[in-house]
Amino acid sequence: MSIAWYLAVSAIVFSLGALGVMTRRNPLVVLLCLELMLNGGNLALIAFSRMWGNGDGQILAIVVMTVAACEVCIGLGMIVAIYRRHLPIDVDELRELQG
Amino acid sequence: MSTTTWGWLVLAFPLAGTLATALGFRRLPGRSAGWIGTGAIFLAFVCALGALISIQGHVPAHRELTSSLWSYASTTGIDAQMSILVDPLSVFMILVVSGVSTLIHLYSISYMEKDRGFVRYFSYLNFFVFSMLLLVLAGNFLLLIVGWAFVGAASYLLISFWYRRTTATTAGIKAFVINVVGDAGLVLGTYFIFKHTGTLDFLKTFHAVESPVHPAFGHGKDSGDLVAGCVLLLVGAFAKSAQIPLHTWLPDAMEGPTPVSSLIHAATMVTAGVYLIARMHPLFERAPAAQDVGAVVGAATLFIAGTIGLAQTDIKRVIAYSTMSQIGYMIMGVSVGAYAAGLFHLMTHAFFKALLFMAAGSLIGAMAGEQSLEKMGGFRKALPFTYACFIVGGLALSGIPPFSGFFSKDEILLVTGERGGWHWALYVVGYAGALMTAIYTFRMIFRAFHGEPVSEARELEGGHLHHAEVARNPATGEEEDTDVGFPGPTHAIAERALPMRIAMSLLALGAVGAGLIQIPKVDFIIDDFLRPSFATARGYEPHTKTGLLAIGLTLGTLIGLAGIALAYRVWVIGGRDAEGRFSVADAFRARVPGGEALYTLFLNKWYFDELIDALVVRPAAAAGRFGRDTFERVFVDDTLVGGTTGIVRAGSAAVRAAQSGFVRYYAALLVVGVAGVGFYFLLQA
Repeated sequence: MSIAWYLAVSAIVFSLGALGVMTRRNPLVVLLCLELMLNGGNLALIAFSRMWGNGDGQILAIVVMTVAACEVCIGLGMIVAIYRRHLPIDVDELRELQG
Repeated sequence: MSTTTWGWLVLAFPLAGTLATALGFRRLPGRSAGWIGTGAIFLAFVCALGALISIQGHVPAHRELTSSLWSYASTTGIDAQMSILVDPLSVFMILVVSGVSTLIHLYSISYMEKDRGFVRYFSYLNFFVFSMLLLVLAGNFLLLIVGWAFVGAASYLLISFWYRRTTATTAGIKAFVINVVGDAGLVLGTYFIFKHTGTLDFLKTFHAVESPVHPAFGHGKDSGDLVAGCVLLLVGAFAKSAQIPLHTWLPDAMEGPTPVSSLIHAATMVTAGVYLIARMHPLFERAPAAQDVGAVVGAATLFIAGTIGLAQTDIKRVIAYSTMSQIGYMIMGVSVGAYAAGLFHLMTHAFFKALLFMAAGSLIGAMAGEQSLEKMGGFRKALPFTYACFIVGGLALSGIPPFSGFFSKDEILLVTGERGGWHWALYVVGYAGALMTAIYTFRMIFRAFHGEPVSEARELEGGHLHHAEVARNPATGEEEDTDVGFPGPTHAIAERALPMRIAMSLLALGAVGAGLIQIPKVDFIIDDFLRPSFATARGYEPHTKTGLLAIGLTLGTLIGLAGIALAYRVWVIGGRDAEGRFSVADAFRARVPGGEALYTLFLNKWYFDELIDALVVRPAAAAGRFGRDTFERVFVDDTLVGGTTGIVRAGSAAVRAAQSGFVRYYAALLVVGVAGVGFYFLLQA
């Protein structure tokens, strides 16, 4: 099977994730969509790894997963902190850093 | 030891003294700083004697010795070295400078004893002497400029020594600014001379001028560069030596402690200009125009300073104007070619002027800091030693034989007269100045020591030294305290302080006897000693006409005696007010024809301060204001600075607008950006 199919799926997953990040306002959903983007990338990496017949892409994918796990930890922690402070669970309301 | 090693040691000791007193500022107890400072200068004097003895061991033709410690820069066309020149002229100068300075240091130990800035004072004082020794020993123009600037800086530090006195700090700034004008003249003059000769070293410069290798300037030919250089050197000399029109700092410099005035006037500062002209004589002899400028300015200064001295009432200012006047003689002398006579007068003047200032310091001490002659009187019995010193110094200053000033001053005028032509005018002015010198000197002495004793004098006769209840600034009458930055709580008089008496006695001996080492037609010690330095000077060898000599000596004596008699007639025999004294001002106004107008002119110092204010200060301030309003505010502030900040501000406003705080907006920007970059590379591929 051609690598193009894998890349197409990867691109679709990535785009769905990006679309979600840009359109959804719930931070929990934004985090989920970020995961989608990362995994879209992972899919492409593994496809390339298969194509070249070596393990480089797989190793890189594992690194990305590690980073994703860290990111989720921090993200969820922030969401819990936001909830505890009775702030709105809405990324558009959280805009105190505007210039 | 070689002669130049002595020269280096002369520089080393005062520098070591400066550093020791400056670094040990908090650890030196009591008077120890004073003894360290005095010892350092005394050792320098001993080394100067060593150099004197050592240089006699060379044959006269080889008495110009240079020594270099290291090279600063040595490239094609420029050779800057840390080098000194030891020749009879510089040995003569270091002997006078270190010798008189030693005595002034000794005097200061008692005079400044109760001052809270005692250690700082001696550190500055040593630095001042070091700077002057550096100036006279410098073997090239660069080191000369360094010494020259150091002397200016040291004078600033010492004139504004009582730094909480506004008048003193103002005077210090004035001295510094005017000296910087002179420094600029010296630097620019050096540039022209360098352009002419291509070297900075003194001996090479003189050699280049005397035996030209370049066809553009023939032997004895007047060169524009050389004249310009010499005139600019004269600007430096005038500023340092307080010659018209750069003299106004000198009387104001009286704000410093009295021993400092003594040091500035006798040894370290104002003589620098005379030294410079004497040192540069091979250049000046090839620039007769510059010589004429020097001679005329010297004569004008000696006359104008004399007239101002007649009207001043502050005792230190009277002596200050007499210094200006005497330096005028020296400048005139070295400018007309009377090098040995000018330097001889420099030496005798150092003795009697230091003596007069020290005696004035003692008198001011007895008056508890008061300096006005109008408030003094009748101190003859209360201060017998000071009185004797004043008389000795005054007679020497007035040129009465056999005191030292007689021989040196008349020798300058003799050589001036021998030049003939329009120099006769200078000759006449010189004798007119001598008359005024005698009058104002003895006016000062009669005024302070004769007549009815004032209350301070009576108190002192009764054995008690007067102390002011409230310390006041003698110039403005403002109240002061006696903490650091102001004069100390008690004052010293020579009658009660041994170091002051020793210093004054030795100087009095010099003032009486120093003239005897060079008597026309009898002995020529100074002439002979200095001859190697002036080997190429034209007309250095004395070929005195006996007739003129006899006339000059007689005239000098008679004029001096006439001046003293006149002063005695007016201020001792003359009318008295209700308290038995005659006001200085009244006597002048009443007895001089056209006195009122002249008196006002002299009292206001010929309006030189106002003239400089109107010609230089105000136009410069107006130009500054004009520039500020038209150029700086409009172009610099609004266009350059305002334009730059405007651009940054507009740019930051645009960037700030993008910072909306919407996370989704940022994400969209990111995606669009990455997509854009990706798209670009796709198109490129």
